[in-house]
Amino acid sequence: MTTPPWITCLDLHATRGPRTVLQGVDLRLTGGAWWSVVGPNGAGKSTLLRCLAGLLPAAAGRIDWRLPAGHTGPTLAWLGQDTPGDEALSVAETVALGRLPHQGWWPWSGGSAQDRDAVEQALVDTDMTWAAGRPLGALSGGERQRVHLARALATQAPVLLLDEPVAHLDAPHQRLVARVLRREAARGRCIISVLHELPLALQADRLVVLGAGRLQAEGPVASPSVHRAVEQVFDQAVQVRCVDGRWAALPCFDADADTP
Amino acid sequence: MTLRAAPAGRAGAWAALGLLSVLTAVLGLGVGSLGWEPPWVTLAADPAGMSLIGDLRAPRTLGAALVGALLGLSGAVAQGLFRNPLAEPYLLGSSAGAGLCMALLLTVGLPWSLDVGWWARLGLTGAAFVGSVAGVALTLSLARGAAHTLRLLLAGVVVGVVLGAGTQLMMVWSGEAWRVMQAFMLGNTALLGWPACLLMGGVLVVTLPLAWALARVLDALSLGEDTARTLGVPLGTARSALVAVLALSTAAAVAQAGLIAFVGLAAPHLARPWLGASHRSLVLASAWVGGLLLALADVLARWIIAPQELPVGVLTAVIGGVYLLVLLHRRRA
Repeated sequence: MTTPPWITCLDLHATRGPRTVLQGVDLRLTGGAWWSVVGPNGAGKSTLLRCLAGLLPAAAGRIDWRLPAGHTGPTLAWLGQDTPGDEALSVAETVALGRLPHQGWWPWSGGSAQDRDAVEQALVDTDMTWAAGRPLGALSGGERQRVHLARALATQAPVLLLDEPVAHLDAPHQRLVARVLRREAARGRCIISVLHELPLALQADRLVVLGAGRLQAEGPVASPSVHRAVEQVFDQAVQVRCVDGRWAALPCFDADADTP
Repeated sequence: MTLRAAPAGRAGAWAALGLLSVLTAVLGLGVGSLGWEPPWVTLAADPAGMSLIGDLRAPRTLGAALVGALLGLSGAVAQGLFRNPLAEPYLLGSSAGAGLCMALLLTVGLPWSLDVGWWARLGLTGAAFVGSVAGVALTLSLARGAAHTLRLLLAGVVVGVVLGAGTQLMMVWSGEAWRVMQAFMLGNTALLGWPACLLMGGVLVVTLPLAWALARVLDALSLGEDTARTLGVPLGTARSALVAVLALSTAAAVAQAGLIAFVGLAAPHLARPWLGASHRSLVLASAWVGGLLLALADVLARWIIAPQELPVGVLTAVIGGVYLLVLLHRRRA
C-alpha cells in the first residue's frame, strides 16, 4: 500500500465482561478499498468493528485515526446489527437522520440542498425511493435493513463501518449493495464490513480473517494464503475456489471431509 | 421526487387541534354545576358571573390544560428517551415519591392540614413537588445515573413499588390521610387556581423549549444508543437534560393535580399519526393534545353528573383508553 493508513490498530485487545474477545490485532486500513471482516461466530468481528467506531474502548493497545489533511465533517458512518427504528417515522425522515452530523443539533437546522441530494442518492442506491413517504413500521425486515444502510450512506463519511449490511437481504439486493460498496470504495472511501455471507465477502477488495479473537490473515481477496486462513478458521467447512473467473466459497459438508 | 412533502392532512390536523382547543376553552368557561350556559350570557346577566368565570372556571380550565400539557410533554420525552411506546411520565418514581411525601405529611407532620386551607394546600403541593423530585433522584441514584436505560427503567419500577407500599402503610394508619390521598390518587382539577396556573406555566415555559431543542437527539435515539453516539449525539448531557425535563414537568403536574392517569401515555400516541412522528413536531403536538385532552375531561367531569363531579382521572382513563384502543385496531386492520 502506498497511501498512508487512515486507521491503524496496534496490538488491539478488547474484552466483553470477563472474556477477552480480541487479542493483539494489528491492522492498517486506508481509503479507496473495501475490507470484509470474516470469521466464525464469536471470533470477535463485531467487537473489532465496535472498537473501530469508538463504541467500545480498547482494553489494551490502541487505534490511531489519521484522515487525509483537510478533512472536515463527520469521520465515520455506522450500521449496527438489528438497528431499531421509530415505527412511525417515514423512510425519508429516517434516512435524513444520517445527515445529523452535518447539521448541528438545533431543531430548525438542516434541510439544505446537499442534505436533500444525499438522502435522495442514498434512497436510489438502496432501491428504496418508492417507499420514501411510508412509515418504517410498514416495511419488511429486508426493506428496513436497506433503510438503515441508506441512512449510513447518506452521512457521506470517509469511513463506513457496516456490521452485517446484507442481513435479511435477497440476492438481487445483496448484489446492489455489493455494487454500491465497490463504487464508494472506488471513490476513495474506506469501507469495512462484517459479513457472514462468504460469497459477498469475496466481492470485497481485501479480507480480514479473524479466528478466536486473533487476526489470522489480512490481504487481497485473491491471495492463496488468505484463502487457506478462511478455510482454516471455518474448520474446513468451506473451500475457496475460482469458478468461472470469480472467487466462490463452496460448502464442504461431506462426512469424510471433517475427519482428519 | 419530493422528499419533504408532508402528508397533506397535517396542516389540517393542526387547524382542527386549534379549533377544538377554542371550543374546549369556551366550554370550560361555560360549564358549571348547573350545566351549560354561554359564558357571555353569564357575564352579562349576573354581577357574580365575573368572579365565577374569572376566579373559578378560567383558572380551572387553564390549569387543567397546563397539567395535561406537562403530562403530554413528559410522555413524549419518556417514550423517546426509553424507546418504548409504553413509557409514561410516572415511570421514574415521581408519582410514588409525591404520594409518599403527601401521606407522610398528612399522617405525622401536619396536624392542621385537615381544614383544607390555603396554607395546607400550599404545604401539600410543596410536599408533592419535593417528593416527586426526590423519587426521581432516588431512581437515578439506584440506577447509578441515567447512562443505562434498562437499569433506569428497572430502578423506576422498584422505587414505584417500594414507595407505593410505604404510602399504603401510612394510609392504613390514618383514616383522614386516606380521604385526602384518594383525591390525589384519582387526580383532581377542581382546586386549580391562578397561582397553580402561574407555577405550571412557568415550568412549561422552561421545559417545552428545552425538550424542543433536544428533539433531534430524541429522533437520533430512536436508532439505538450506539447509532446515536456515532451520529455525534452527546449522549450523557442530552440524557441528563431529558431526564430533568421529565422530572420537572411531571413533578409540577403531580403536585397540582395528583395522579392523572393515561394522559401522558396516550397523548403522544394520539398525536403521532395526525401530526407527525418526528420529535420536532411531536414534542409540541403531544403537549397540545395532552392539554386538550385534560381540559376536555375536566369539562366532562363537571358536566356529566352535574351538580356532582366525577374524578377527572377516571374520565381521562376512559376517553384516552378507548380512543387508543380504536387507534390500535384501525392501524392493525
